[in-house]
Amino acid sequence: MKRILSAEEIQSGDRHRVGGKGYALSLLVKRGFRIPRTVCITTDMYREYVRRTGLRERILLELHRKDFKEMRWEEIWDCATRIRNMFLIKPLPEDLAREMCDGIGTLLGERTVAVRSSAPGEDDAQSSFAGLHESFVNVTGAESILKHIRMVWSSLWSDAALLYRQEIGLDVEESSMAVVVQETVVGDRSGVVFTRNPNDEDQGVVESVYGLNQGLVDGTVEPDRWIMDRFSNKIVVHTPPERKYWMIPGPEGVRLAELPGEKSAHPPLTTQEVNFVFKSGCNAEELFKMPQDVEWTYDRDTLVLFQSRPITTLRSHKPKDERVWYLSLHRSFENLKKLRRKIEEELIPGMVSVAESLIGTDLVKLSDQALAVEIRERRETNQKWVDIYWADFIPYAHGVRLFGQVYNDAVEPDDPYEFLDLLTNTGMASIERNNMLMELAATIRIDEHLAAKLKQGDHTNLDARFLSRIDEFMEKFGDLSCAVTGGKNCVLGTGPLYRLLLEMADHPSRNGVRKKKNRISRLHQNYLDSFDDDQKERAEEMLELARSSYQLRDDDNIYLGRIEAQVLAAVQEARRRLEDRAGDQASEVLVQVLAEADFGSENQKASSGGKPSGVRYQARQLIGQPAGPGISKGRARVIHNHSDLADFRYGEVLVCDAVDPNITFVVPLASAVVERRGGMLIHGAIIAREYGLPCITGIPDATTLIQTGDEITVDGYLGIVTIGDTGI
Amino acid sequence: MKKSEQFRIRLKELLNSQSLAALSTHRAGQPYASLVAFYAADDLKHIYFVTPKTTRKYANLAADSRVALMVNSSTNNTSDFHQAISVTGVGKATEVVGSESEAILVQYLAKHPHLEDFARSPTCALIGVAVEVYYMVKNFQNVMELHLEP
Repeated sequence: MKRILSAEEIQSGDRHRVGGKGYALSLLVKRGFRIPRTVCITTDMYREYVRRTGLRERILLELHRKDFKEMRWEEIWDCATRIRNMFLIKPLPEDLAREMCDGIGTLLGERTVAVRSSAPGEDDAQSSFAGLHESFVNVTGAESILKHIRMVWSSLWSDAALLYRQEIGLDVEESSMAVVVQETVVGDRSGVVFTRNPNDEDQGVVESVYGLNQGLVDGTVEPDRWIMDRFSNKIVVHTPPERKYWMIPGPEGVRLAELPGEKSAHPPLTTQEVNFVFKSGCNAEELFKMPQDVEWTYDRDTLVLFQSRPITTLRSHKPKDERVWYLSLHRSFENLKKLRRKIEEELIPGMVSVAESLIGTDLVKLSDQALAVEIRERRETNQKWVDIYWADFIPYAHGVRLFGQVYNDAVEPDDPYEFLDLLTNTGMASIERNNMLMELAATIRIDEHLAAKLKQGDHTNLDARFLSRIDEFMEKFGDLSCAVTGGKNCVLGTGPLYRLLLEMADHPSRNGVRKKKNRISRLHQNYLDSFDDDQKERAEEMLELARSSYQLRDDDNIYLGRIEAQVLAAVQEARRRLEDRAGDQASEVLVQVLAEADFGSENQKASSGGKPSGVRYQARQLIGQPAGPGISKGRARVIHNHSDLADFRYGEVLVCDAVDPNITFVVPLASAVVERRGGMLIHGAIIAREYGLPCITGIPDATTLIQTGDEITVDGYLGIVTIGDTGI
Repeated sequence: MKKSEQFRIRLKELLNSQSLAALSTHRAGQPYASLVAFYAADDLKHIYFVTPKTTRKYANLAADSRVALMVNSSTNNTSDFHQAISVTGVGKATEVVGSESEAILVQYLAKHPHLEDFARSPTCALIGVAVEVYYMVKNFQNVMELHLEP
C-alpha cells in the first residue's frame, strides 16, 4: 500500500490515513477547484517512525510523568517542548527518509513547499480546531522538508492539542498525524473566507491582506474585512484597516515588511474579486455540506485554495475556560516587539514613578480620615497595576518561550532547555536585591561589635552608615518581613531582616553563578551560525528580546511589589494607630478600611493530614520536573507562610508551594529548591539557575509530604526528591 | 545439540524478549526487591541496569554487592503455570565506570531507547552484574542450572 499519495490519488478509503486536510484537498481537486500541487504523507509513516526510533515509548513516558489534571499550562507547554525536541533531534531511519524523498520528489520535484498538519478525525466540525497543530511555509530542500515533516508530526502533541485533548479525542496510545506537502504558490494577495459569520448566520466574511496570509493568521497584519450577505452574495460592509505591512517570502519562512505606498492606498481585492472569493467559499461549503473556513491566495488572476475546513474556533462555551487565555500567550515576534516598547517606555517608568510618589507621602502626618482615603486609593492603584501585569507583562514574559522554540528549531540541541544558558545573568532585580543583602551581611561578618549587638537584639546606637544602607535597602525593596506579595501580616521593625543578615554573615557568601563565558560565547556563536547570513540580525534581535523578557519575568514582580509594599505601609500606619489607642479612641474609619481590605491573618495550612493508628504512610521518593541541574542534600524547610522564612537556615532545602520574587531572598542560603508549582520558567527555577542550585518543580503535595526537618536529597538532573537516608 | 546449548538459546531468547527484571539486594539482613530495566550481554556473563544513586537498591549494593535478578515470561494468566519460564541469575554487582561504560550504555540504550535521558544523567549509575549461575524454572517445577566460568 502506497504511503505517499498525491491529492488526485487519494480515495475515500484513505480518509483515516491522510487526515482531514488531505482528504478535503482531494475532494476539492476532484471538484475542479484550483489547489497547489499536493502530496500527502500518510499516518503509516508517522507510526513507523515513532515505533522504530523508540519515540513512541518516550512520548508515553513524558505524557505519563504526571496526571494531566494536575498540570498547569506551563507544565503542558514544557511537556510539548520536550516532545517537540525529541522529533527535532531524531532523524528518520534511512530507508524511510529515502521513501519520503522519492515520493515527494516524484510529485513536486525541487519546488519550494508548504508543510502542513493533517490530523485524522479533524475533518468534522466536532473535532476540528484551528491552530492546534503546526504548519510551515516556504520550505526548500529535501533535508529541510523532512525536518519540517517531523516538526509537524511533533505538533500532534503541541500544548494546544494537549489542552484540548478531550475535545479532539487525542489518545496517547493511538493518535497519529498525516502531513500535507504543497508546492508554494506566492500570491500577491491572500486571505480567508468564513462562509458563515459566527456572529450572524445570514452573513459570511472575507478577509484579505497583501502578500502571504501568515500575517493575517497570526494577527500581525490587519486585513481588509468584508461582511457578505450569504444569500445575495453582496457586500454588506467593508472595513478597511490602516494598511502598513505585508508578509513576503523570506530566505526560509516568511518575513514582515512595510507595504509599498501604492498598495496601501487600495484594498487588496476588487469588488468582483471579493464576490468571486466568497462564491468559491460557498461552493466549498456545498461540497462539504457545512460552513467552511477557506484559506486562499490569488496567483496573478487565478484563485488558488490552500485548504478548506469546517468553521470552528477555540472559543469554549464553558464560562471561564482559561485555555483560550493560555493560548493567547503565544505571540508573534512582531507582537512581542510592540509589547516590549510599551513595557519599557511606558509601563515600567509608570510603575516606578507611582511607587516613588507613594513613598513621598508622609503617612504619619495624615488625619485618620485622610489615611483611610489613602489606603483605598493605594489599593485601587495597586489593582490597576495588577491588571496591567496580567494583560501585558505576563504575555511578554512568554517571549522566552518563543525564543526557546526558535533556538531549538535552529540548533536542535540535545537538551531542549539549553537556550536558557543564553538568558541567565541578565541583571535581575531580585539578584540585585540579594547582592545588596550579601554586602550588608559582609559588613556584619567583619564587624564583631555590630554582629554582637544584632545577636543580642540590641538595635539601638547602630553605626549610622550601616543604618543608612539598611534604609536604602528598605526604600528600594521594601521590608522583607512584609512579604509584599501574598503576605498580609507585617512584623513591624527590622528584626526579621537582621536575623536573615546574621544567618548570611555566619556563612560563606554565595553569589549568583557566573556561567563560563566560553560556553556562553560558544552557544551564542553556534546559535547564530545556525542561520543564513541575512537571517542573523533577526536571530540576534530574538535573543535580545528573550533576554529582556526573561529578566522581566522576575523584575515585574519586584516593581509590582514596590507598589504593593506602599499599600501595606499605609495599612501598617493604620494598624499602629489602632494599637496605640487600643479600645478608647479607635477610629471607626480606620477599622472599616482595614476590614474592607481584608488584612486578616494568613491561613495556616495543615502541615500533615490526620494519622490513622497502626500504620505509617509516608513518601520516600517524589518525582517532579528537573528544573535546575545538580544534586544536593539538606534539611527541608517547608514554607507554609511567609513568616516561616524568618527561620530559614543556611544549607536548608527550600520547599514551598510557589517561589515568588519575595521569597527569593532566602535562596542564597538554600542548598536546593523544591516547588509544588510546575514549570521550567517559573521564578523558583529561574532563581535557582542563577545560583546554580538543584531545583525540582511540579511536585504535587510537596509541602504536605515533606516536613520541615526531613533530610532530603534533591536530584535536579532527574527531578527526584528522596526523603530520608540515601547514602549520598 | 547439547542440553547446555539449548539452555543457552532459551535463556538468550528470554533475556532478549523481556525488558524488566526483579532485582534482589539486601542490607543488614533485610532483603529488598526492585524492578529494573536490564540488558544482557551477548555472552550472558553480564546483566546491566541503571539506577539513580539516591535509591535504596544503590545503597544496598554499596553495602553488599551480592544480588539476584529474576526475569520471567509470565502474563498473569493461569497458563503461566505450565507455559511461563523464569530465570534467576545470581552474582556480584559493580558500578561500571570509565571508558568501558559508554560502549555498554550504547547497547543498553539500543534495547531501551526511551531511557536515554535517564541513563545518561550524571546522578545515575550503570551497574553490571557478573552472573555466576543461572537457574531456569519451567514446566512448573523443573529447575536447571547453568554455571558460568568467570
